[in-house]
Amino acid sequence: MNKLALPDEILLSIDKSARYIGNEINSVKKDLSSVSIRFAMCFPDVYEIGMSHLGIQILYAMLNEREDIYCERVYSPWVDLDKILRDKNIPLFSLETQSPIKDFDFLGITIQYEMCYTNILQILDLSHIPLLTKNRTINDPFVIGGGPCTYNPEPLADFFDLFYIGEGETVYFELMDCYKEWKSSEKNNDRKAFLKKASQIPGIYVPSLYTVKYKKDGTIDSFVPIDNSIPSTIKKQVVMNVTDTYYPTKPVVPYIQAVQDRVVLEIQRGCIRGCRFCQAGTIYRPTRERDVSILKKYAQELINNTGFEEISLSSLSSSDYSSLNELITYLISDFKTKGVNISLPSLRIDAFSLDVMSKVQDIKKSSLTFAPEAGSQRLRNVINKGLTEDDIIDGASKAFDGGWTRVKLYFMLGLPTETEDDIKGIAWLSEKIAKKYYEIPKDKRKGKCQIVASSSFFVPKPFTAFQWAKMNRRDEFLQKAYMVNDEFKIQLNKKSLKYNYHDADTTILEGVLARGDRKVGQVILNAYKKGCIYDAWSEFFDFGKWTAAFEEEGIDMDFYIFRERSLDEIFPWDFIDIGVTKEFLKEEWQKANNEIITENCRSKCSGCGAAVFKGGVCFESKN
Amino acid sequence: MKVRIKFNKTGAMKFVGHLDTMRYFQRAIRRAGIDISYTAGFSPHPIMSFALPLGVGVESEGEYFDIQVNSSLSSEQSIKLLNEQMADGVQILSYKKLPDETKKAMSLVEAADYILLLREGYTIPDNFSEILDNFYSQQKIMIIKQTKKSEREIDIKPLIFKMNFSENGIFMRLKAGSVDNIKPDLVLEALYKFIGQSMPKFAFLIKRQELYTIDQDNRLLPLSLTGEEVL
Ligand code: SF4
Repeated sequence: MNKLALPDEILLSIDKSARYIGNEINSVKKDLSSVSIRFAMCFPDVYEIGMSHLGIQILYAMLNEREDIYCERVYSPWVDLDKILRDKNIPLFSLETQSPIKDFDFLGITIQYEMCYTNILQILDLSHIPLLTKNRTINDPFVIGGGPCTYNPEPLADFFDLFYIGEGETVYFELMDCYKEWKSSEKNNDRKAFLKKASQIPGIYVPSLYTVKYKKDGTIDSFVPIDNSIPSTIKKQVVMNVTDTYYPTKPVVPYIQAVQDRVVLEIQRGCIRGCRFCQAGTIYRPTRERDVSILKKYAQELINNTGFEEISLSSLSSSDYSSLNELITYLISDFKTKGVNISLPSLRIDAFSLDVMSKVQDIKKSSLTFAPEAGSQRLRNVINKGLTEDDIIDGASKAFDGGWTRVKLYFMLGLPTETEDDIKGIAWLSEKIAKKYYEIPKDKRKGKCQIVASSSFFVPKPFTAFQWAKMNRRDEFLQKAYMVNDEFKIQLNKKSLKYNYHDADTTILEGVLARGDRKVGQVILNAYKKGCIYDAWSEFFDFGKWTAAFEEEGIDMDFYIFRERSLDEIFPWDFIDIGVTKEFLKEEWQKANNEIITENCRSKCSGCGAAVFKGGVCFESKN
Repeated sequence: MKVRIKFNKTGAMKFVGHLDTMRYFQRAIRRAGIDISYTAGFSPHPIMSFALPLGVGVESEGEYFDIQVNSSLSSEQSIKLLNEQMADGVQILSYKKLPDETKKAMSLVEAADYILLLREGYTIPDNFSEILDNFYSQQKIMIIKQTKKSEREIDIKPLIFKMNFSENGIFMRLKAGSVDNIKPDLVLEALYKFIGQSMPKFAFLIKRQELYTIDQDNRLLPLSLTGEEVL
């Protein structure tokens, strides 16, 4: 066992010290003297959240497969330890060897949501790595970012040496080899020499090698590489054969309870649906299914290697997986007797899903989930959400007959073209579902039903059809939420209905960080220096500090979020090629405004551009 | 069939709390392929009960839990399979079949042995051995016990079965179990109070050494002595 980085006195004074001891089952042990690259993989949030993330487990397993690389993990220290590390000047350390992050060759940070940006600075700061790339020296690790937020990496451009755009399985080894080459060359004391070399690898973006010029109105005039050896667009990396790639069948098993305390079986990547608000739906195109026979094999191995008591399927839209029936039937028959629970992602509610749900969960305790996202059919057409009122009412009705009494509904407020009827429609739709329940004769139903509707506020994300849209202001958001709330109060079955809405301040900030350009970086730095960390945690989020940071840096939030953008505007993220073309997104934006729907990839290809990757759903029926 | 398993827990593993340790063993048992019985219902859980929770930061050489199994390999094989699944710092020490009528381990525990080792960088008074003897030879050792609702004074002398000091540290045999369980830090606190000092936090690493039950003749018997090897 490695000597712990922290003495007992500290570990006994903080909450959940098992977050920091490493030594978990399936964590990888290697002899430091036999490896040539040390890679610290970081999820910039607390351990229990970070350990729940599949992507890190994939990269961890993949990198450690190579003998010359040792990949270790690091997460954000919780606020109690954060303070101690600062007070005592103890450098942040990795879990496996309990050694300083600063001693690593790479610090890889997965960036899953905007509200973790200040935690990234926390990690760098506590590791004693200069926050700004321009201040780093040959003694510092290279800091590389990956994950969905890198589809607009610009607000973070000052803090990262490199970004990896796309799925990690493809060019990481190439990057590692490139590093080894540089290390053994005579230029090995010139960081820039490595970065330039790395920028030649597809999918690798080195922000310091690009210059951005702005127009008078603040929008981007040009975004160009510093010389013509550097690629001007970065192509996202995708694994086309998801069956024959790395899968972490020996994931690390945490001691303390992780948020997702179960093994995860990723059944497919991408989504065929094309909801216009959804970034995952475009950046992970095309949809690629994993072969069902390999999934069965993985399921066995995962349970045998971890001993977890639960397995869950993961994908953006599991109901669209073509062998779902076969897979679930197999899992139920194989695991039910072995004390392993099966947790199903939200499936489209139909006879099949109700049948499997009744087999794997206690109907009395479980609820049905629908995500209509918008309150009216008109608005659902705008957002291209192919879920009709009939689908919902029929599904709920079948479920009520089967004994379910609880329904959860998810909506968004602030969507483009939204009217009062769309907003109030949230309450009306909820009421209709309750009404359906009370149509069941009293002696046949089980007491009251409970319909819980939740709404979040809409953020137009990069690479979606709505990237040209403006966001609502804070007050507009709140007024809409109050309107929904009031409408709920006048429904006949109001006692069976419940409504919650998310925080508006977080949404505003999320909007700026998601859509920002390089100038936003200085605001993040300022907010961090004011003490902002764990912004994703409502108990720590301090919007006041953020607004002050914007003011001090002279950056106007409105510019990023309350401005409808013209079709020819250059976006900060335009240099990334995700396969799906800007032309296609423009058409979708126009179709949205005309309330015209687009069919899903299986019923009809709309030529979005993702077919350039030569595989997945785009070629399903064609070979 | 009921089985009693003895294990130790040292080093970094002392920071893994009681509930997490339970979960750790449930998973280790599944990985090892031990044929444990499950409860019925929608979320079945393995039938398993721990003798006495171990506090965070406390090491142990003698922890126990009982499980119900449908079938079993030999003790030797089972120990080997389980040890292949252990993290550094935890080892399975014994695996014994229990008579069917054995009560839950938790209700059997009567006493526990502890050794308190001085951590590096901390000191104790020179005449510590003498202090300890004087402390222990008192007629009564009164402490204030705080519960959620009230505070009351109790005499812990009858709960301290043995206490002495050696170069290895402070040894204590204390009453343990579901009634009148007392923890070594409480005794230590009373000891420092006795000499008019406040207890130095973290000065001692606490290590549990063994858990006992009592036999018909009221004699303490290590929990591991119950049951027999599976052959
Ligand atoms: S090219 Fe066609 S099938 Fe492929 S992802 Fe785009 S719309 Fe779907």
